Amino acid sequence: MNDVATMNKGASCSPPLTHASYKSSYKPIWCPGCGDYSVLSSVTKAFAKVGVPPHRIAVVSGIGCSSRIPAYTSCYGFHGVHGRSLAAATGLKVARPDLTVLVASGDGDGYSIGGNHFLHACRRNVDLTYIVMDNHVYGMTKGQPSPTTEPDWDSKLSPGGTGLRPFHPLVIALASGANFVARAFSGDPNGTADIIAEAIRHPGFSFVEILSPCVTFRPEQREWKQLAHPAQVGTTDDPARAARYIMTDDGFNTGVLYAGRRAPYPLDRPDARDDVTTLKEEFAL
Amino acid sequence: MSEQSTMSRPLAGGNAAVTGGACGVDIAMCLERGMAAKAAPARRTASSVSVALAGSGGSGVMTAGTLLLSAAAKAGWYGLMVRTSGPQIRGGEAAALVRLSRTPVDTLDDRFDLLLAIDWRNINRFADEIPIGASCVVIGDPDEGEAPEVYKATGARMVARPLKKTAKGIPGSWTNMVALGLAGALAGVPRDALEAAVRESWKRSSDSLAANLAALAAGMASAAGIEGMPTLVPGDAPDVKRWLISGNEAAGLGAIRGGVRFVAAYPITPATEMLEWMAPALTKVGGTLLQAEDELASVNMIIGASYGGVPALTATAGPGLSLMTEGIGLACSAEVPIVVVDVMRGGPSTGIPAKSEQSDLSFAVNGLHGDAPRIVLAPTSIADCLATTQWAVELAEATQAPAIVLSDQFMGQSRAVIERPSDVASPARRLVAKANAPDYKRYRDTGSGVSPMAIPGTPGIVYTADGLEHSEAGIPSSQVRDHRLQLDKRERKLMLHDYGSRWADVEGGAECAVITFGSSTAAVREAVARLAEEGVKLRLVAVRLLAPLAPAKLDQALRGVTRVLVIEQNHGAQLFRYLRSLHNLPGTPASFHRPGPLPLRPGEIASAILEWRGR
Repeated sequence: MNDVATMNKGASCSPPLTHASYKSSYKPIWCPGCGDYSVLSSVTKAFAKVGVPPHRIAVVSGIGCSSRIPAYTSCYGFHGVHGRSLAAATGLKVARPDLTVLVASGDGDGYSIGGNHFLHACRRNVDLTYIVMDNHVYGMTKGQPSPTTEPDWDSKLSPGGTGLRPFHPLVIALASGANFVARAFSGDPNGTADIIAEAIRHPGFSFVEILSPCVTFRPEQREWKQLAHPAQVGTTDDPARAARYIMTDDGFNTGVLYAGRRAPYPLDRPDARDDVTTLKEEFAL
Repeated sequence: MSEQSTMSRPLAGGNAAVTGGACGVDIAMCLERGMAAKAAPARRTASSVSVALAGSGGSGVMTAGTLLLSAAAKAGWYGLMVRTSGPQIRGGEAAALVRLSRTPVDTLDDRFDLLLAIDWRNINRFADEIPIGASCVVIGDPDEGEAPEVYKATGARMVARPLKKTAKGIPGSWTNMVALGLAGALAGVPRDALEAAVRESWKRSSDSLAANLAALAAGMASAAGIEGMPTLVPGDAPDVKRWLISGNEAAGLGAIRGGVRFVAAYPITPATEMLEWMAPALTKVGGTLLQAEDELASVNMIIGASYGGVPALTATAGPGLSLMTEGIGLACSAEVPIVVVDVMRGGPSTGIPAKSEQSDLSFAVNGLHGDAPRIVLAPTSIADCLATTQWAVELAEATQAPAIVLSDQFMGQSRAVIERPSDVASPARRLVAKANAPDYKRYRDTGSGVSPMAIPGTPGIVYTADGLEHSEAGIPSSQVRDHRLQLDKRERKLMLHDYGSRWADVEGGAECAVITFGSSTAAVREAVARLAEEGVKLRLVAVRLLAPLAPAKLDQALRGVTRVLVIEQNHGAQLFRYLRSLHNLPGTPASFHRPGPLPLRPGEIASAILEWRGR
């Protein structure tokens, strides 16, 4: 948009880019066994597949265990406030369309406090990749139910369970206009890397729900390893077909379930660059 | 509340403040118009004439008011038009409050010289907003019924003119054009200026233009025989074209001049017009305006854009500012420059959306959790909305901090004839880090407190911007040393910045000083000028840089001052309390404050000042 948008276009990293090129030297502080370790590895692998140098990528997040990812990459990072990662990423991408922007969130950050931004990010269709590490629990605050938690899951904050119907992220993404809807499982890091790479390459708003177990507060999620399986259908660009499949599946299908053809926002980028001083003419009497 | 700050009630009698303090009003009237105000004049001249055009929604009073202002501007006068309306979006009562003057005006007068009503439906609701007295002329259309009792009771000269019938007699013409001709003629606006204003604004067929020019002429002719209205002293045609602009437009232009190229915002009264002006304007200069889903999104979107290196702004009002607070704190912590324009309205909560009040000051200077230094500025006039918003962008970019601009509904939605602002293009300057800078640390503890900012896309200096407390390298940290270091740094960069002389408008050198801010400045300045003619000398300090407050500069501005009166438009004496919390004001400081929705008026303030001096 300004000079900054073009100032580094010629720059490139001389050594070949591997997934290690995208890892920072900081040691993650997740619990042992957390699914997010694998997601981090899938993200760096996906970046290497896409081949965009780290300094041309921004990883944007909110608050929660999953949202710690930016600093663990060697990309530009933005660790903002709870629930607002999509908003920050939208502003960044619209102002700096030359950057590759990946947004990382969790089920609390993305579906609860940030739920409204999720709907509107899907509608707006800015060329972002949105990965949500879903473990059906607030881990950072030590075990409260999230929008995707089962209604009868007992916790100190909601004894006996919330009694609330879980949120269905993929259906909502599709209904809200996301241009790419996929599910992945952290226990399959290579498959997840492929899906994230495809999401980055796909124009418009790409949503990837990643089942990522919290072994600390939801040890039963270790069973997800047995439950997750590749989807039995291929990718469709027909939202009706995708909707029927997503609404009737078992919640453990992985793969790209919908890849649409909507043009990303903004639809037309004006090239006009009048001198600022011309603006004043309308006020002169 | 200390007893020094209880002046508003005894003096003005609560809500009757505008019409109360008869002494003050009389003084003001005499000063403004000479002793003629007390005689029963035929046609007298004045340096300022105030006209209220009222009618129900759709009657075209706003158009008539705008054309009256633009015609007067063509004839060499300055002027101000304040829009006021009932709570209805369409169809309610509405009034264009126009003040025309030989000198620049940013405030309404104490009384109106003319109230011209196209109809009387619910216009009685404006009784407080359209103060009239016995010297006023009130014109109504006899076919629309009688004037409300509240206006008749003032003793004003009541005049009947068949506006609607006149328009009906000229097929294709409108009643508001008859009203424009009548008001224009009574104010002394020349026919050619009125005609030129109508012609210039005409977007319909030439047939309808001819009909409406005839209606204008009929309106002017119907002014014959109406006595008691002062007419304007002829204006001087300016050498350079003056501007006609609203505060919201001026703020938008200032933002773009300052370098803003990304705006995200959510519609809210009374800030929306600023955004509606900016949307196409930004497109022309290669920028973008994005309508966000809510204010939480807007503030985080502009933080994202600015993190990406593009100067960014949002505009809102009190409820939106409340929602943005967490984001503004993020901008403090992550050191991302942003500008938030708060076009203040009556609060708290939803409050009074379309009426002005200076009651977000405390929130703007204090309302973030943690120790979160921010810049708070308030323009002192409609014209200054341009310069101050531009300055806000410069300051935010230079200090890598959030800047809040406190405009308000009065300045934002009013339109004034102003001197042509100078062409000061000052693209914002941000200290940016160079590619592959050795040992780069985003939040390095520099002497100035400002650290070079890496812009995404630049190789060799990647970092993560964080709302978590962090080390100099930007790594999350809860260490004692890092917290202290970063708190000091964020405070220091605002304290050490050289704000120059623009921190306040300081006028006069008297021992009695009045301190004010924002849109109240114009009314205070006019009161001070009137009192000066009476031989009452005052010093005026209008604070533009509210945070960080510059105590040393305030000291200097108040050197030799023995008494201080702080004047503002809110219920809680917010500026008074704020100044006293940071500064030892000389003598026994006093406060004159009252809430909206009525704007402060010069006579009310002159009266308050006299009462204060007499104590």
